[in-house]
Amino acid sequence: MNELILRTVTAVVTFMIILFGIQLFFAGHYYPGGGFIAGLVTAGAIILLLLAFDIKTVRSMIPVSYRTLIGVGLLFALGTGLGGLVFDVPFLTHAHGHVMLPLLGDVSLHTAVLFDLGVYLVVVGVTMTIIETIGEEE
Amino acid sequence: MLNLAIVSPLIFALFVPFLYKYVRSLHTGWFVLPLPVLLFLYFVQHLPLEPYGQTIPWIPSLGMDFQVYMDGLGLLFSLLITGIGSLVVLYSIYYLPKKKEKLGHFYVYLLLFMGAMLGVVLSDNAMALYLFWELTSFSSFLLIGYWNERERSRYGAQKSMLITVLGGLSLLGGFLLLSVMSGGSYSIRDWMAMADAWPQHPLFVPAMLLILLGAFTKSAQFPFYIWLPDAMEAPTPVSAYLHSATMVKAGIYLVARFTPIFAVSSLWVWLVMGIGMATLCWASFHAARQTDLKGLLAYSTVSQLGLIMSLLGAGALAFHGDLSDRRLYMAAVVAAVFHLINHATFKGSLFMVAGIVDHETGTRDIRRLGGLLSVMPITFTVAVIGSLSMAGVPPFNGFLSKEMFFAAMVQVANAHWLSLDVWGILFPVLAWVGSVFTFLYSVLFVGKTFLGAPKPSEWPKRPHEAPVGMLVAPVVLAVLVIGFGLIPNVLSNTVIAPAVDAVVNGVFRREGLSVHISHWHGWTIEVWMTIGVIVLGVLLYRTFDSWRRVYGVFSRRLSLNHLYDTVVRQVEEQSYSLTNRYMTGYVRTYFLYILSAMIALLVATIALKVDGGLSLSHLADVGIHELVLALVALIGTVTTVAAKSRLVAIIALGSVGYTVSLFFVLFRAPDLALTQLVIETISVALFLLCFYHLPKLSRHEKGVRFRLGNALISLGVGALVSAIALLAYSEKNFASIAQYHIENAYEKAAGKNIVNVILVDFRGFDTLFEICVLAIAALGIYALVKLKAPKGESGKYE
Repeated sequence: MNELILRTVTAVVTFMIILFGIQLFFAGHYYPGGGFIAGLVTAGAIILLLLAFDIKTVRSMIPVSYRTLIGVGLLFALGTGLGGLVFDVPFLTHAHGHVMLPLLGDVSLHTAVLFDLGVYLVVVGVTMTIIETIGEEE
Repeated sequence: MLNLAIVSPLIFALFVPFLYKYVRSLHTGWFVLPLPVLLFLYFVQHLPLEPYGQTIPWIPSLGMDFQVYMDGLGLLFSLLITGIGSLVVLYSIYYLPKKKEKLGHFYVYLLLFMGAMLGVVLSDNAMALYLFWELTSFSSFLLIGYWNERERSRYGAQKSMLITVLGGLSLLGGFLLLSVMSGGSYSIRDWMAMADAWPQHPLFVPAMLLILLGAFTKSAQFPFYIWLPDAMEAPTPVSAYLHSATMVKAGIYLVARFTPIFAVSSLWVWLVMGIGMATLCWASFHAARQTDLKGLLAYSTVSQLGLIMSLLGAGALAFHGDLSDRRLYMAAVVAAVFHLINHATFKGSLFMVAGIVDHETGTRDIRRLGGLLSVMPITFTVAVIGSLSMAGVPPFNGFLSKEMFFAAMVQVANAHWLSLDVWGILFPVLAWVGSVFTFLYSVLFVGKTFLGAPKPSEWPKRPHEAPVGMLVAPVVLAVLVIGFGLIPNVLSNTVIAPAVDAVVNGVFRREGLSVHISHWHGWTIEVWMTIGVIVLGVLLYRTFDSWRRVYGVFSRRLSLNHLYDTVVRQVEEQSYSLTNRYMTGYVRTYFLYILSAMIALLVATIALKVDGGLSLSHLADVGIHELVLALVALIGTVTTVAAKSRLVAIIALGSVGYTVSLFFVLFRAPDLALTQLVIETISVALFLLCFYHLPKLSRHEKGVRFRLGNALISLGVGALVSAIALLAYSEKNFASIAQYHIENAYEKAAGKNIVNVILVDFRGFDTLFEICVLAIAALGIYALVKLKAPKGESGKYE
């Protein structure tokens, strides 16, 4: 196969997919999307990279340990839940509110986003751990 | 504050590995030592005691709270745990060399144990008590197996775990029954308050038996004592701490704690007193035959625990008879509590002596030891003090409690109810016989180790006196032995009386309770019994070699250990062969089980629960789009099944998945469609990655029977799922919860995407656990692929 085309296209497309994933993540609360899908989409982008390049190259592009990512994600989700306890409400009670930020104007902020970020990180971590482990084995 | 005191060792345990890893120049024990010392000081300042409790809600809806309560009994045990704990940690610093041992592990386990033990004795909530109880079994398992490269350590650890955890489960059963009887409460104080009406309750006896089983296994009573001698594979500080001073006394604690509830039952009195006495005699008799110093001490601990147990049984008589009788039997409880303290001091010091001997000479076998008196005078002195106290010789503290023990048993013989007038005479006789052997093994401990001719050729090392640091702890304990022996009344109204008060709860509440221990009562029968013990004991010791053949009568094949080994081996073999029969190692076999079970369960549920059949009247019309998509999905499915190569099958399966996501689009479920699309893409990539490299589809998979079976199962699953989908539309038994989500998604969670709101907010707990499952799966795959054993190292059960 002519890898040049694949690689060139991949380099461009990957960014678009990842951006799309981020868009899905933030849109999640109002439109289709959310941490789970966004995580899968991001993982899909990285898989595309893996198909076009080899594992070593990809690892140097994204120097992240996916297993650590799982742990960080779980900590985010758990931490969001525990955060509720500080304010003396049951575990995993979310809070939300509107905040005026410079440049962005009126922004609605949610603790649910932090939880979702945890989900996102875990999904990326899990998918990539599995794929990388099995892929490397060959 | 009390809750914090209990969990502080557990919290501190989290930091120990880091201390061990990053501060290598100092022995980790030095960091650990301040904790038990501080806790000890904390508990000491509660003397004299004003009982108090605290509650931290945990699962209030189920009545489970971290509810602690400190009364005299809890305080006494807390003092033992932290006091002996401090000395043991100090001793371990010198016993375990910094360079060679995994100190990080050791102190984590030890702290884990300390916290668990404090939890056991201070919890008022039975469920919290149970949790801590099992944690002591668990940490003891880790400590016994600390030198896990030794086969005997692993054996001992497993044995103690099996027996004590089994007892723990029985304890849980007992607690649940009590909770049922009390109408749902888990507070032990509540139980005591309402226990008056219980003896007639049908669950009373089962609950009592279950709780006793838990207590007896933990405190190594006959016939469950067999784990304790094997637990001696643990490092000596552990033996001194867990297996003589604290953990094994958890059973004693439990019996004492539940005495106010059960003591009115004659069965309780007979069981606790009888088993205790049997344990005392059996174990003291067998202690004398041991050739391993720690083995001897282990059996002696078992026998001493039996002694305390039988005293508690006699003390339960305080709940019977008239007031003057009650006073007399309360003396048994005083004796039990006093002996508990004494045992902790002298046995702790003796274990440390055994450790020092082992450390300095390299052996614990008394056949190879002897004559150490000249090389280790200080150790010898400590050993003499501890042993004589254990033997019940004046003026040491063991003598006082031993004499109180005799007095209590003589009292039992004079009782005139609960059939004691017939059998009661057995107790003083057995108590005396047990004490004779106690004397014998105490003297053997000192005599065989320190007296006689030295045998330097037998010693692996050249012994000399132990370093000062190692001697501090046993010397402190020996000083306590003498101190408590000479002035026992420092303890009587500060520590003993509140503890006794907690045991005989309520009986003497009005008059107040005061304890006085005196050295001399005149020429009573107890004194003559003590003199008899010493005379006969010395005689037996002198002639030991001529009659020790008696022990040969006990055949190894008839022993309890043999029974235990046989049972464990049988269970292992049977379950192995059973498992082998259904665990084929093929994923397809497991799918067969899972799917068949699913069909059976769901069909049965539908048949039983769903009335009114399928009704197709609610269904919408099928349009041309749906038909086309269904056709595509069908073709994809058939191709998957009929495909000759894995590659084709995977791609065809992927096409089915994409069609399904188109269905979602058609039915306006963008979230689902998106998820399905991405999942499908990634799983196809994954499938290709691993299945592409598998060998061609095997011949086995082409057999007619195999295919027929699979076809049946898959058709069954397909039909079932379709039926459920249709049933879901025809049955309207419940109001849909969709409406709730539609109404509240924006109101309560400020989100317009209901699916996402459900995932992250309304059912966030589910999501949290789901990502945990995902994480575990990923780590599982990682471990399976990356960490497989090198060839030839596969385990037996692979």
